[in-house]
Amino acid sequence: MSHLFTISPDFSPDHISGWYIFNTWLQKQTGEAIHLQMYDNFKSQREAIKNDSIDLIYANPFDAAMLVREKGFLPLVKPVGISDEAIIAVNAKNTIEDVAYLSPGIRVAVTEDPDVHLMGMIMLEPGDLDANTVETHIYDTYVLVAKHLLRGDADVGIFLAEAYDDLSNMIKSQLKVLVRSQISIIHHSLMIGPKLAGKRNEFQSLLIDMSNDAKGKDVLEGLGFEAWIGVEDEEMEFMIDLMDTLNT
Amino acid sequence: MIYDMKPEDIAGDYQEIILNLFGNITRKILYTQIETPYPDGKLIVSTTDPSGVITQVNQAFVEMSGYTKDELINTPHSILRHPDMPPAAFKDLWDTVQKGSKWQGLVKNLRKDGGYYWVKATVIPNIRNGQVTGYTSVRRKPSRTKVEECIKLYPTLF
Repeated sequence: MSHLFTISPDFSPDHISGWYIFNTWLQKQTGEAIHLQMYDNFKSQREAIKNDSIDLIYANPFDAAMLVREKGFLPLVKPVGISDEAIIAVNAKNTIEDVAYLSPGIRVAVTEDPDVHLMGMIMLEPGDLDANTVETHIYDTYVLVAKHLLRGDADVGIFLAEAYDDLSNMIKSQLKVLVRSQISIIHHSLMIGPKLAGKRNEFQSLLIDMSNDAKGKDVLEGLGFEAWIGVEDEEMEFMIDLMDTLNT
Repeated sequence: MIYDMKPEDIAGDYQEIILNLFGNITRKILYTQIETPYPDGKLIVSTTDPSGVITQVNQAFVEMSGYTKDELINTPHSILRHPDMPPAAFKDLWDTVQKGSKWQGLVKNLRKDGGYYWVKATVIPNIRNGQVTGYTSVRRKPSRTKVEECIKLYPTLF
């Protein structure tokens, strides 16, 4: 029987082939038949999780609570040195320098990326802004968020910091960062579902050792990672509690 | 263990007061009117054991409180208690989290140097295998409008 592996739909498009290569590596190392299934959006991925179709997931931290507490998933690893951070940016021509001076009714451009959206909205709170006092426009990619800021049909953009940094210099020169989060403890994690739970230690060891051989290192590079580091249950519980405090 | 505040740690003119803290602790507080603005983009995070003794702090907590990590770990969270905070707010906090619910409110925190900083705090119980093993507290930058409301409201709650 083949197991289903999926990754959070907010992955960088540059790494699509990297994830397929990683899946092949994982099958060879574990001897398990694993099929990588990409979902176009969080809604369809959550539907698959709800139906117990998923056995392995590189999960957005926003979904971690549901995966652990409702679906019995366990954490395996996270990429070393990579945390999810958000940026609030405006058009460079905008005279505002501080979110505290943004006004209710502004148009906020976001993607579907749930943890970045959450962190971004928290960074807008000092301006007395929340979901009820802004107009939220959802776009498919961060490039489109930038494009709408430049066109002037959005006032504020919420970006994944990494995606913002990857924008071309020409685009960035026309934007202005108001706030960059420095949270450090919110991260994606590779998690294993109940059907594979008995293999958790084996999977975790293989992944942690992955950067110690040349082939494994190449595969990691294709994902944009240096190495995996183990995530223990309590660290995951802590992050779930943290996300819970932010989600209010 | 919480020690009395020391004049040599205080920056600027200060007032003195004795506060009764949770757990029959009394502490001499030296406090100034100097506000440290909450830094943009950061979260102040800490965890405590079920009795409110600090078990973990992040770097933002250390920076904003003015204490070292060693001074904070194993110390009651009330080390941050500012005399302008009404006891009713903390009673509400404890009543709420001990019921297993989430508490949120604006808090004026006391720094080691006698100054203060406002936070929007959220406290949740850490439930592991059905037991409360401690509490996680996350503070974020509050809106100035809400802070102004609390500056007016809190003195009426004593």
